[in-house]
Amino acid sequence: MSDLMNLEGQVALVTGASRGIGKAIAEQLVARGVKVIGTATTEKGAQAISDYLGANGEGLALNVTDADSIAAVLKHIDSTYGQLDILVNNAGITRDNLLMRMKDDEWDSVMDTNLKSVYRLSKGVMRGMMKRRQGRIINISSVVGTTGNPGQANYCAAKAGLAGFTKALAKEIAARGITVNCVAPGFIDTDMTKALTDDQKQAIFANIPASRLGQPEEIAAAVVFLASPGAAYITGETIHVNGGMAMV
Amino acid sequence: MSTIEERVKKIIVEQLGVKEEEVKLEASFENDLGADSLDIVELVMALEEEFETEIPDEEAEKIRTVEAAIDYVKNHAND
Repeated sequence: MSDLMNLEGQVALVTGASRGIGKAIAEQLVARGVKVIGTATTEKGAQAISDYLGANGEGLALNVTDADSIAAVLKHIDSTYGQLDILVNNAGITRDNLLMRMKDDEWDSVMDTNLKSVYRLSKGVMRGMMKRRQGRIINISSVVGTTGNPGQANYCAAKAGLAGFTKALAKEIAARGITVNCVAPGFIDTDMTKALTDDQKQAIFANIPASRLGQPEEIAAAVVFLASPGAAYITGETIHVNGGMAMV
Repeated sequence: MSTIEERVKKIIVEQLGVKEEEVKLEASFENDLGADSLDIVELVMALEEEFETEIPDEEAEKIRTVEAAIDYVKNHAND
């Protein structure tokens, strides 16, 4: 077998790539010779992505809850790059609230952005991947999709939904050389976890054997592995990257 | 220039990995040519590309035999 980590010349789409985990994923893919199209919700975010990617790809504005926006981005990738090998569904939001107080729009917006978007984007890229008999779909889920977390019924439901979606799609298209997997981060040092209160953090640390937050690069490394030729026989799986916080 | 029938049959041979002589008009993709549901989806995709047309899902579901595929293309293809 040739180099099992070689991704040279491949093309990847990473949603939510302007900061945090998505940015780390984009940067590590670029380091492996991948052309990366990173998306952000705003033009400003897209520009920031273009700035850090330089000649190794570009940033595009994408609203993952809008079918037309997705179609436009995929069309652009097709006409500009002619192929898409790796889809990383990373874009996600939180709208935390106790269920007793949760509003419909808090539920719906998390479902739309974190789960329905993955259905739409995966469907959109499958045609090309099936024809080429090659592809990687990697969904960024979360440890709380497995363990649950108070105040995040919407987020946990969406992330657990991703795992089921991943398994079903993995079975549908495994024979076509396409793998579908999840990477489930634990508590990672990003803007999303900076929003936690000190009390919340203390409670969380007590449950992390590694007794620290994870770094975005440590999630990106798992994503790069799943994207690599060496991971061709892994599909429908979730890799948990959480410092021992949950072992499943 | 091949006829539509020849072009459709050629695609079926390529997509389903079957022999040309097996691709009889009345052959069912699923029962006679060993295709599963995803094979048929891919076959429809290949027909769409060959004949530069878009086959709506509700029409695609009716394309279960060689003859149905040829008939659909004859009635809808752009060329």
